Amino acid sequence: MTTLLLIEQVLNGLQSGIMLFLMAAGLTLIFGVMGLINLAHGSLYMIGAFAAAAVAGATGSFVLALCASLITAAAAGAIIEVGVIRRLYDRDHLDQVLATFALILILSEGTRWAFGSFPLYLDVPAALAGPVTLPGGIRYPAYRLLIIGVGLIIAAGLFLLIARTRIGIQIRAGESDREMIAALGVDISKLYTLIFALGAALAGLAGALVGAIQSVQVGMGEPVLILAFVVIVIGGIGSIKGALVGALLVGLTDTLGGVLLPLALSGVMDASAATSVGSALASMSIYILMAVVLIFRPTGLYGTA
Amino acid sequence: MQRETVLNTLVFLALPAVAAIALVLDEPFTITLATRAAILALAAVGLNLALGLGGLVSLGHAVFFGLGGYAMGILASHAQSYAPLDLGLFVIEGTKSMPVIWLTAVVVSALAALLIGLLALRTAGVYFIMITLAFGQMFYYFTISWPAYGGEDGLSIYVRNSFPGLNTLDPIQFFGLVFAVLAIVLFIMGRIERSAFGLALGTARQNAARVETVGLSPFHLRLVAFVISGAVTGLAGALFADLNRFVSPTMFSWQMSGEFIVFIVLGGIGRLFGPVVGACLFVLLEHLLSGVSEFWLIYLGAILLFVVLFARGGVIGALVGRGGHHG
Repeated sequence: MTTLLLIEQVLNGLQSGIMLFLMAAGLTLIFGVMGLINLAHGSLYMIGAFAAAAVAGATGSFVLALCASLITAAAAGAIIEVGVIRRLYDRDHLDQVLATFALILILSEGTRWAFGSFPLYLDVPAALAGPVTLPGGIRYPAYRLLIIGVGLIIAAGLFLLIARTRIGIQIRAGESDREMIAALGVDISKLYTLIFALGAALAGLAGALVGAIQSVQVGMGEPVLILAFVVIVIGGIGSIKGALVGALLVGLTDTLGGVLLPLALSGVMDASAATSVGSALASMSIYILMAVVLIFRPTGLYGTA
Repeated sequence: MQRETVLNTLVFLALPAVAAIALVLDEPFTITLATRAAILALAAVGLNLALGLGGLVSLGHAVFFGLGGYAMGILASHAQSYAPLDLGLFVIEGTKSMPVIWLTAVVVSALAALLIGLLALRTAGVYFIMITLAFGQMFYYFTISWPAYGGEDGLSIYVRNSFPGLNTLDPIQFFGLVFAVLAIVLFIMGRIERSAFGLALGTARQNAARVETVGLSPFHLRLVAFVISGAVTGLAGALFADLNRFVSPTMFSWQMSGEFIVFIVLGGIGRLFGPVVGACLFVLLEHLLSGVSEFWLIYLGAILLFVVLFARGGVIGALVGRGGHHG
């Protein structure tokens, strides 16, 4: 294993971790402020990817496609919040799980009806399609570097939004005491819709950015959603910082485990067995990570209560 | 008799009635549908102990369903190829005998439920939902990436396993067997609900502090409930695999776990026969709606959304009025 390959894998891990953060940040905000578990968050990721693929197919512009993913996912999020989610805040978690499960069925099958079962392809813009040479002679795809950069900028923006702006103050106040901020004259239902749309927009953007690397298809959102749940459990529900740390941990474990475990096992068993055992173990690695965190910190790394 | 008891008896007799009519009309496919409904009902009856009585919203019960399925698949495939399963320390002969397979499925899924429960029950609420979901996904990806038993393609068994004295390949005889298992499990579950353990478990859901005051541990009550629940769902998994003569990683998929919860809520949460009604309704809807449209899941989603938002007692609740014994 050369150092170059290792660094490349670390970058891949960072990239998938940053995308997971975009998903997990919305989920954890929505849970932290509204106390809602939203299984349909993966559908918003899918909607963003489909909107981007459709707009890119029609106009050929990747920037327009990204804008479309943000706007469509935010709009879908706002409509879903006003139409369905709003009725679930006072319900128990079981009702929330079921209603959002029903939303997944409706949104997934609706998308299949509109776009068909075949995957769509969203092309990386030509200017970013090639590799760039990093210091130290590492050649790495420019697009993936861009994703890492965009993700970091959004993470920084989100921290600023929550720590420094008036909306951020209201969000944090909503997390600790929602009745009090309603009493202080904040329109709480408008705030909830806004937070839900913000989370949806982040998920939609992640869907579009990842959609350009993988294919855009129905059902693409749920595996990411479940990984984002693992991230939140590791980081602690309601904590944006926890979501960032958890997402990077999960992204790196997942990527490096798939490369390093078969390699490490090839020392003790023959090559084909090492590959199959290694990849099977690697597929379990993030859940083992989650189990270990839970044993020592049942509320996650940055969780309270 | 109470209205709910009447309804339960009717529902319970409807399944064999449908199977008997199908036998007379010579429509084996309908018998298979009834068998499928009975097996899915059994899986949800298992989950209902944890979810309805214990209040544990497990989104990972497909783990036990899948383990039961693979217990059948692995044992039967070794019997099929006459190659014993070498585990290093000891060697297991494959088998085509249902009682042995069932026992294995129950033991394996109970052990898995014990391990998952020990971890997941340290937490509660949303954490519990997310963790059970995550463990389900772990098993799903493990079976996909483990090549020995078919990996992503799954594992086919050519001949249905045998039960002493029955020809299991005859649809009506296999239905009878499945229905008998369902009836026995429902009887036992009814006894558990009314036992001291069941009462304590129900109280732990409503007010854990009270249970602790009388010296019982809510954690242990929930763990025992989770293990029994997982074992019953595992048994259903072994039967489901035998019905299809096929196991694949989709038995572990999170949609499967979601559907089990849907059965319980469609039928009516916290009622012994809720999962049975829900599973029958689901199989019926699946059969009818998939004939109407390729995108029948949209309709199912809409129905489910309606039930959750506006008809919280499910079908039984709507028919007999509110006030189930818990929920």
